[in-house]
Amino acid sequence: MAKFTKKKEGDLPAVSTASLPDIVFMLLFFFMTVTTMKDSSLMVANTLPNASEIKKLEKKDRVIYIYVGTPTQEYQKVFGTEPKIQLNDKFANVDEVGSFILAERAKKPQELQNVLTTALKVDKEANMGLITDIKQELRKVNALKVNYTTYEGNAFNNLQ
Amino acid sequence: MPRRKGAPEVNAGSMADIAFLLLIFFLVTTTIETDAGLDRMLPPFEPPNEEPPIIKQKNIFTVSINRNGQLLVEDQLMEIEDLREAAAKFLENGADGTCDYCKGRKDPSSSDNPVKAIISLKNDRETKYSTYITVQNELVGAYNDLRNREAQRLYGRDFTEMEADYLNPETPSSVRDDLKDKVKRVQDMFPQKLSEAETSTN
Repeated sequence: MAKFTKKKEGDLPAVSTASLPDIVFMLLFFFMTVTTMKDSSLMVANTLPNASEIKKLEKKDRVIYIYVGTPTQEYQKVFGTEPKIQLNDKFANVDEVGSFILAERAKKPQELQNVLTTALKVDKEANMGLITDIKQELRKVNALKVNYTTYEGNAFNNLQ
Repeated sequence: MPRRKGAPEVNAGSMADIAFLLLIFFLVTTTIETDAGLDRMLPPFEPPNEEPPIIKQKNIFTVSINRNGQLLVEDQLMEIEDLREAAAKFLENGADGTCDYCKGRKDPSSSDNPVKAIISLKNDRETKYSTYITVQNELVGAYNDLRNREAQRLYGRDFTEMEADYLNPETPSSVRDDLKDKVKRVQDMFPQKLSEAETSTN
């Protein structure tokens, strides 16, 4: 019966960690495929309003983002507390929106240039004056498809 | 001295650490959520000397928001909670009787038919963005409610659900081709005519 008494009693076999890299790689690939890179860090407060009748923004490569909100704490000394526009990584004035859209549009492949959407990520505390000015600029450069990006939720929560 | 075995095995023990490092890097630098929001079309920019087309006053449903977030709908004060119902009533009024699927009251002083009905939204420069989004949401909601009702009657499905499937790139193209006509038909029953006029300054 030497066959069965070979191992010492009470000695736990070590768990093989050889497949650990495979598991982690699997996780890694999962996250690489389902996520998208952050392209710019936010310099404005950006609490979006809620809405219920929303549509998903599919295909990220067809979207140009415009952020609006009050500058965050660290920028308030320089830029004040009035809502500002953020284009890519810098603050901008309303009259720069048009040229920004044109520049972004020129960067996209030819076949996508006519189907671009402008996503307006606007803080819920902002006033409509600035948004109206942006909308005018967008109309001037013929970027007519806009998406007011919101969170999903009851729209009446906005009013409180 | 000749080797007995091949090349010595590379130690793969640190592989897991490297993979973890990569994993954490991707977790930190990426975002998982897809954005969602209200899709709108802006009116094309026209030179100021052009004459705007003449539209009968009864086909326009005016909604104005003042700086305090109060609503003036067809020259009367209204709570935002009632807006969706009022807008839907206006859209499917069907005064000229050409709209056989409308369930409105056929009030001659309200809209002729859903194709002619226009909702005009005006806001003050100091209106809060969140109020504006709520109003937009309710107006889009009024359209969606009517379209859902017709889609349920014709195809037994909600319009919003059909449209989401149609726009989703993961839906097989055979299903999408089928949905295209249905979505188009329901959209044409209640075309979304939501005009965003220039903001008033006072």
